[in-house]
Amino acid sequence: MITPASLHFERHHAGVPAIDPEKHELLVHGLVERELIFSVAELKRLPSVSRVYFVECAGNSGSEWRSPAPSVQRSHGLASCSEWTGVLLKTVLEEAGLKPDARWIIAEGGDACLMARSVPVSKCLDDAMIAYAQNGEAIRPEQGYPIRLVLPGWEGNMQIKWLRRLHATPDAMHSREETSHYTDLLADGKARQFTFELDAKSVITRPSGEQQLAGKGFHEISGLAWSGRGLITKVEISTDAGKTWQAAELQEPRHAKAFTRFRLPWSWDGAEVTIQSRATDETGYVQPTREELTAARGENSLYHYNGIKVWRIDATGKVYVA
Amino acid sequence: MLKRVLMAAAATCVVWAADRKFQVGRTASPAEVSARDYSVGADGTGLPAGSGTAQTGKPLYTARCAECHGEQLQGDDKRGYPALAGGKGSIATPKPVKTVGSFWPYAPGVFDYIRRAMPYDNPHTLKNAEVYAITAYVLAVNGIIGEAEPMNEKTLPRVKMPNRDGFTGDTRQQKGRKPGL
Repeated sequence: MITPASLHFERHHAGVPAIDPEKHELLVHGLVERELIFSVAELKRLPSVSRVYFVECAGNSGSEWRSPAPSVQRSHGLASCSEWTGVLLKTVLEEAGLKPDARWIIAEGGDACLMARSVPVSKCLDDAMIAYAQNGEAIRPEQGYPIRLVLPGWEGNMQIKWLRRLHATPDAMHSREETSHYTDLLADGKARQFTFELDAKSVITRPSGEQQLAGKGFHEISGLAWSGRGLITKVEISTDAGKTWQAAELQEPRHAKAFTRFRLPWSWDGAEVTIQSRATDETGYVQPTREELTAARGENSLYHYNGIKVWRIDATGKVYVA
Repeated sequence: MLKRVLMAAAATCVVWAADRKFQVGRTASPAEVSARDYSVGADGTGLPAGSGTAQTGKPLYTARCAECHGEQLQGDDKRGYPALAGGKGSIATPKPVKTVGSFWPYAPGVFDYIRRAMPYDNPHTLKNAEVYAITAYVLAVNGIIGEAEPMNEKTLPRVKMPNRDGFTGDTRQQKGRKPGL
């Protein structure tokens, strides 16, 4: 369920900044009663929480829209899951005192491109965190040292790393990263904007593309499922091209908006076969097939791909993308 | 009298404490806020003083931007640098080309992104007037403004981008129903 910090995926738009934690500050300003500056040490003095959440790049699986990739690393590698420790964003915003007309918080990082995204106030006052630790150690530079935003279940790009500024405003900024990028272009030429939640998704990690089964007989089918809308409630597996589905066992404890490991005992008879998994979350949303997804959105959405991933195992036990 | 003063003081303290529960963090001065505030809204809120035209922007573009984005703003697919012009009419086709001209909905966002992140190899080195000039040049090459039109905090928000109405909200979530595709 937990990704080692050293193996957490990395995605940054302008490199990893070297930040001195003694000098780093977080400015909270705009539509607040008191414009405040917090040092990292001061943020650590505030009441803390530790929670398990996945982070997934909105562009994870982006290649799947047009040509499904040959391995899990290539198709689903931009997702990881950690225990984050920090202060609830709500605590910091209450300290500054949000004014009633504050509807959005623009969050900005201290990297070379000053990555900035607008976050609705409702999310900021719900489960958002300013994290300073990951899996029991300081957040690593690639993940936002010394502090980052954590917005459980939402696009990774919004979870601003190297967080330096929170700006309470009446409107979203409509920055490059929320218009030209991170919008989902549909076949009719309209693009969906502000698609924050990541839909329920799963992938079989074993056996999976570029792996080799040792031979006929017993194998455990295993993989990961997650949803930006809460708990994973069911994962089903098909070994007959989607005709029939069997419920997999879900590893407990399950956390909302976190990786859930699933497993199914299976015996391979040595014949060519396809295997696939399908996740359902607590809203009742069921992970779609690639065909269902592209029928709804076309093939040019780039972001938010969550279609079912199908693996093909040939008679030699070699695993390919179907 | 003393009792009344003490009671008033106690009441004040209670309100003050409720306002700011932890008393952690220091007050930011107006100068600190303005020095760090990079936000530019779609309506131009936050745009700084300064002005530039496409004519003054062209040599700046050639010197600071063309290495990656190309002399014709055509981009460089191989190196992953996006085109800044062209793509007109392509957005609803199977091969959309998203550029400032074909896709971006708000002109102030162009200023914001250049000031925030460009040039990629040396960001935050352009003066505000230079950012306005390069913004004007990119808009002019896309045929959205004229070559002599000055872009500044008043004119830039008034520029109507061709794809301004090309965006919808998140239509996956319909009220009272489970999320859809």
